[in-house]
Amino acid sequence: MADTMQFDLVSPERKLLSAQASEVQIPGAEGDLTAMPGHTPTITTLRPGVLKVVVGGSVSEYAVTGGFAEISPEGVSVLAERSVAKSDVTQALLDGWVAEAHRASKAAASDEAGKLVADMVAMGSQLGLTAQVPNG
Amino acid sequence: MPSLKDLKNRITSVKNTRKITKAMQMVAAAKLRRGQDAAEAGRPYAARMEAVVTGLAASVAGSDSAPRLLAGTGNDKVHLLVVMTAERGLCGGFNSSIVKLARARANELLANGKTVKILTVGKKGREQLKRDLSAHLVGHIDLSEVKRIGYDNARAIASEVLARFEGGEFDVATLFFNRFQSVISQIPTAQQVIPAKAGAAVETSAVYDYEPSEEAILADLLPRSVATQIFTALLENGASEQGARMSAMDNATRNAGDMITKYTTIYNRSRQAAITKELIEIISGAEAL
Repeated sequence: MADTMQFDLVSPERKLLSAQASEVQIPGAEGDLTAMPGHTPTITTLRPGVLKVVVGGSVSEYAVTGGFAEISPEGVSVLAERSVAKSDVTQALLDGWVAEAHRASKAAASDEAGKLVADMVAMGSQLGLTAQVPNG
Repeated sequence: MPSLKDLKNRITSVKNTRKITKAMQMVAAAKLRRGQDAAEAGRPYAARMEAVVTGLAASVAGSDSAPRLLAGTGNDKVHLLVVMTAERGLCGGFNSSIVKLARARANELLANGKTVKILTVGKKGREQLKRDLSAHLVGHIDLSEVKRIGYDNARAIASEVLARFEGGEFDVATLFFNRFQSVISQIPTAQQVIPAKAGAAVETSAVYDYEPSEEAILADLLPRSVATQIFTALLENGASEQGARMSAMDNATRNAGDMITKYTTIYNRSRQAAITKELIEIISGAEAL
C-alpha cells in the first residue's frame, strides 16, 4: 500500500492545494473522519469545520464550509464552497460567515440551518476565535 | 468637394478614434487573459461537481424520493430563461447573439403555448429584450458594480433562481450565455439547469459509500451544482465578452487605419489640385500681359 495519496482541495474559484498527503482529516456531515491511503470509496458532505492535511509530516489546516469530499483508495478530493487557510481566517471573516448562516437559519427556520450556525461557532472555537452570534 | 481644412479635421478625428479603439483593444486583451485564467481555474471544481452529481442523479433518478430539483415539478409549462449578457456594449455581436438565441427560444416556447419568464443578468440583454418581450421580463440582476466576478455573485443569482423555483414560479430553467471558444469565436449556448439532467449512468470503477444517504447528499449538492453552473456560465461569458470586444476593437482600429489612408490620399490630391490651379492662374495672368 502506498504511503501517500493524491489530495486536492478545490474551491469554485481555484485549486487551493494539490499534494501527496499521507492523512486527511475531514469534517464530515455525520462526524469527522480521517482518510488514509486505501480508504473505502466514500462520498460525504461537509459541515463547516477544520480540515487537516498531513503532507510530508507537516500538518496544514483549512477552514472549510459547504461542499463534499470524494474519497477513493488512490486519493481524496475535497470540493468546498469556501476554504481558507487557518492562518488567514480572521475574526471579521468568521463573523461574516456566522452572520450569513444565521440569516439563512432565520429564513429557513429548520433544525438543519440552526445546526449550521452551531457548526460555524464550533469551527470558530477550534480556530481559537469566538464567533459572535447575532441576536434575534 | 470638402475644403482642405475639413479634410484635415476629419483625419485628426479619425486618428483620435483609432487611438481609443486601440487602447480598448489592449485593455480587452489584458482582461481576456485574466478571464481565461479564471475560467480555467474554475474548471476542476465544476467538472468534479458535475461528475458526482450526474453519477448520483443517475442512481437516484426514477425513485420517488428524488429531490424536486432533479425530478422537476412534473410539469413543463412555465419556462424561466436566464439570459446572461454584458454590462457594456462595444463588443461586436456578443450581446446580440445571446439575445437572438434567447429570443428564438422564447418565441418557440410561446408558439407552443408555454409561459415564458425571463430573468436578465447584465444590462445590455435587458435593453434588447425590453423591445419585444418586455411583458415576460420578471427580474434583473445588476452586475455593473462588480469588478471581478466571484463565486458569491453566482450564489446570489442561484439563490434568486432557487427561491423562484421553490415558490413554484417556473418548471424549467435554462441559462443563456456565450461559451468561450477562441478570441474570434464565441458560441451562444443554452443550458438547462433545472431540473438537473440525469446523464446516462456512468459506471464508475469504484462503488462509493455515501454518508449520509445518496438522497441527502444529492439534496445538498443540487443547489450547489446550480450555483456552480451559473458561476461557470458567468466566467465563460466574461472571457467571451472580452474576446469579442478585443476582435471588435481590432477591426475598428484596422478600419480607422484604412479610412486615414483614404482621406490622406484625397487630402494630398486636393492640395496638389489647388497648387496646380494657382499656378495656372499665375501663368495665364502673366501671358495676358
